[in-house]
Amino acid sequence: MKKIIFFIGLLTIFQTIYSQEKRIKKDTLETHNILKEVIIISNKKKDVDNKKYIKPLSSLDQFLEESSKINMIKRGNYAWEPTINNMLSDRISVTIDGMQIFGACTDKMDPITSYVDISNLEKVTIFSGQHGNENGQTIGGAIDLKLDKNSFTSFGSKLVTGFDLGYESNSNTKIIGIEANYSHKKFFLNTDFIKRTAGNYFDGNDNEVLFSQYNKYNCSAIAGYKLSLTTKIGATLIYDEATDVGYPALPMDVSLAKAIIGAISYEYSNKEKFIQNLETKIYANAVTHVMDDTKRPNVAIHMDMPGWSDTYGFYTKVSAKKNKHSFLANFNGYYNKSLAEMTMYPTNSSERLMFMLTWPDVRTLYSGIYLEDKIYINKATSAQLSARIGFQNNNISSDFGLGSLQIFYPNLKASKNRFLPSVSAQIAHKKKSFTYTSSIGYGERAPSVSEGYGNFLFNSFDNFDYIGNPYLKNEKSLEFNAKIAYDNNKFKVSFENSLFYISDYIIGKINTNYSPMVIGADGVKVYSSLGNVLQFNTSLSTTYKFNSNFTLNGSVGYNYGKEINGENLPLISPISYKANLIYTKGFFNYKIEVVGAGAQNQFSKTYGEDKTKEYTIMNLDTGYKFYINNDNIVLKTGIENILNTHYSTYSDWKNIPRMGRNIFVNLSYILK
Amino acid sequence: MKTLKYILPIITILFISSCSSNDDDLILDETTQLNFIKTLSNTDHDVEIFSTKNSLEQGYNNIYLRIKDKATGDYIKNATLTWKPMMHMTNKKHSCPKSTLQKTEGKETLYNGYIIFQMAENATEKWDLTIDYTVNTVSYSVNEQIAVPASTKKNVSVFMDGNNTKYVLALINPEEPKVGLNDFKIGLYKMESMMSFPIVENYKIKQDPRMPSMANHSSPNNTDLIFNTTSKMYEGKLSFTMTGYWKLNLMLYNSTNLLIKGEEVTINNDSSSLFLEIEF
Repeated sequence: MKKIIFFIGLLTIFQTIYSQEKRIKKDTLETHNILKEVIIISNKKKDVDNKKYIKPLSSLDQFLEESSKINMIKRGNYAWEPTINNMLSDRISVTIDGMQIFGACTDKMDPITSYVDISNLEKVTIFSGQHGNENGQTIGGAIDLKLDKNSFTSFGSKLVTGFDLGYESNSNTKIIGIEANYSHKKFFLNTDFIKRTAGNYFDGNDNEVLFSQYNKYNCSAIAGYKLSLTTKIGATLIYDEATDVGYPALPMDVSLAKAIIGAISYEYSNKEKFIQNLETKIYANAVTHVMDDTKRPNVAIHMDMPGWSDTYGFYTKVSAKKNKHSFLANFNGYYNKSLAEMTMYPTNSSERLMFMLTWPDVRTLYSGIYLEDKIYINKATSAQLSARIGFQNNNISSDFGLGSLQIFYPNLKASKNRFLPSVSAQIAHKKKSFTYTSSIGYGERAPSVSEGYGNFLFNSFDNFDYIGNPYLKNEKSLEFNAKIAYDNNKFKVSFENSLFYISDYIIGKINTNYSPMVIGADGVKVYSSLGNVLQFNTSLSTTYKFNSNFTLNGSVGYNYGKEINGENLPLISPISYKANLIYTKGFFNYKIEVVGAGAQNQFSKTYGEDKTKEYTIMNLDTGYKFYINNDNIVLKTGIENILNTHYSTYSDWKNIPRMGRNIFVNLSYILK
Repeated sequence: MKTLKYILPIITILFISSCSSNDDDLILDETTQLNFIKTLSNTDHDVEIFSTKNSLEQGYNNIYLRIKDKATGDYIKNATLTWKPMMHMTNKKHSCPKSTLQKTEGKETLYNGYIIFQMAENATEKWDLTIDYTVNTVSYSVNEQIAVPASTKKNVSVFMDGNNTKYVLALINPEEPKVGLNDFKIGLYKMESMMSFPIVENYKIKQDPRMPSMANHSSPNNTDLIFNTTSKMYEGKLSFTMTGYWKLNLMLYNSTNLLIKGEEVTINNDSSSLFLEIEF
């Protein structure tokens, strides 16, 4: 009842401020021909005025979920794991402004996307398959989180400050954000702070989902200094800390997940010269992740499971232009240290503690070079060629850890080298309202730290302990993409297909000779190369503009993933669809949306999946922007899952139900 | 006066520390990796006993010794030795399994061997050690009581087979267990009489290490122990996936593959009656 009164109150506010109308930007997703997608989050360069999304204070995870290429794996209400083309963290590359950073959790409870917040970001660029190999090796694609940087003023100085307030009814989530951005002819400084506090959420049957709470805050400072007309230097510092994070789908929660991310950069740009832009950056980041089972009832044995991941790296990026060619070269390298421990406390307290390394202090040294050439063949046709070659060394630096793995691999040596090639070629052709794009790519990736060196990592999804395999071959992917788009201003349609033929596919295979370590686990799986796998994704999306006020969008996607002559792969999306109708009038906008998926019939029993039922939910939201004096105010509100449908999707870990009806209000106030 | 109050203790500490370093100089050279246990003396010699462990204890003991000439202070390099540990119980006495005493390879003054004390001392029942040795055809002997406290974990097992033959089975390696694959070594002896404990050859020992505190889970890639004719001991591989308390369940088979002692660990049976323990 309280929620309804609150909502009615908001509607009233809307009506009173309805009169102030001006134009609002509505394009939130730019889909490029180069099979990439860009999600705009905010842009300080445009005076913070385009809080484009209907829900500007969404978590980054919710922003990412809007992308047609990304699906999010959910283990709770926090730190969702992004997948591209139905491929998980190990198969995709996630970077922050080109910087490599790796989660410190052996159970993937801390994807990189959980260590930044929307307040840090300007946009997110999503690349499919080998188009994403600019920053590192990948199979499925790449996500680059672009930090929001202010620019210098052309004269004088300017200070823009603002605050954001948000509330969500279902999980009693409170969000507060503050930002202050100063810019000058030669100098700028952006600072921001955001804090989110959420309680347990309630599912569509109004049942409380226990251990789904979280607390998080993030602050960042980004500064730039102009050395000359063509050169500048910059510095970035981000601190992100989450505490008391519940993971209802997992047997453990997280008491602390924190990251410190820092970088300094130098940039040269001169549009007149052959070398138009040169950017070089050195960076370091440190991630600490501490799992916690002290709040759970009936814990078989209390465990401490901290993990650390530190990365130091650099990149130098050069772009050049000559005649019809645009070149890009990116030389990069990093050094990562991944260590995770497990200490178990026996019931008999006189016994010694049981201690093991789950990540045996693995040091990864990677260096590689990326080269790209975009060729404008003629007005209608363009091509793009790209290649990356990388060299990777993994070294187990802990003797204790090496000994643990030598149980399984008695002749294992601490150090292992890998050579990782990747190439792709694309051609795009435009004819009248049609654009045809097709591409082919080949890439290899090294096993992740868990896949190569994990030691009894419990996976609650299939209830098995996993053992890494340092002898794994590189996973190889051959991919084909084809896209046809039609656009006549009023009607847009795009049909996109990608096919991945993956050999030496890395996945866990049961080994009955080993007995599980975790109490209650069903057995042990060892990461193995699975032979050949076929993955296919297709999507159709349409947009129809009735008039300047009404737009109808619809999309439907289908995914397939199967071992050739074998079993289904896990976590492959069933048929899914989305349709929305947007009404825009001046500063007011309104959206009603239907989102759903068909039943997941092609599931993988071996990997702990069962059939997920079909579902359809409805969302409604509305936004309004107005001015008080010179200040800028954006107010957005909406209801998610209006019908309070009880549902769970294929990507919900252990079928945990999703959030039931949720009313949100976001207010952004920008002072100039 | 006040200054002196502070200076005095400093001087004392300096004095003590210089003294102790002098002591270290005396226990020189070849025993630096070993722990001094005890000196057994007669009128001519001091027989200094060392061990790889901090003290003697129930179970397997890897013992080193050297003989110092009391008159010259030199260590004797050409002695031949035998030893006899003896348990003086209230109603009887018995010895225990042991090796011969040999000159340590590559060392000038050291001799070594092992003793397996199958039982610990108690308030009334004690062990003593007799060492008989010959230097330049002259025979000497020392005998003194030695302290053999109980081990904290079970590292030796005494049991009987169906024919009432008594066996002593002792953990020899890993002395310093580690997470990973360990060399597993067991000594097996038959108690022929109170004084005679010959090595049992060509039996087989199956093993199943478990962690009772972690739902009795096992560890992978262990190998059963088979008799090594060179070391005269049973050798296999033992893996520990983590630190903590491990129960090493054993099953002993004779040379005709007949089960002598021990039971298989199953869902209904937590442990074998023949077992050893390691905690680290």
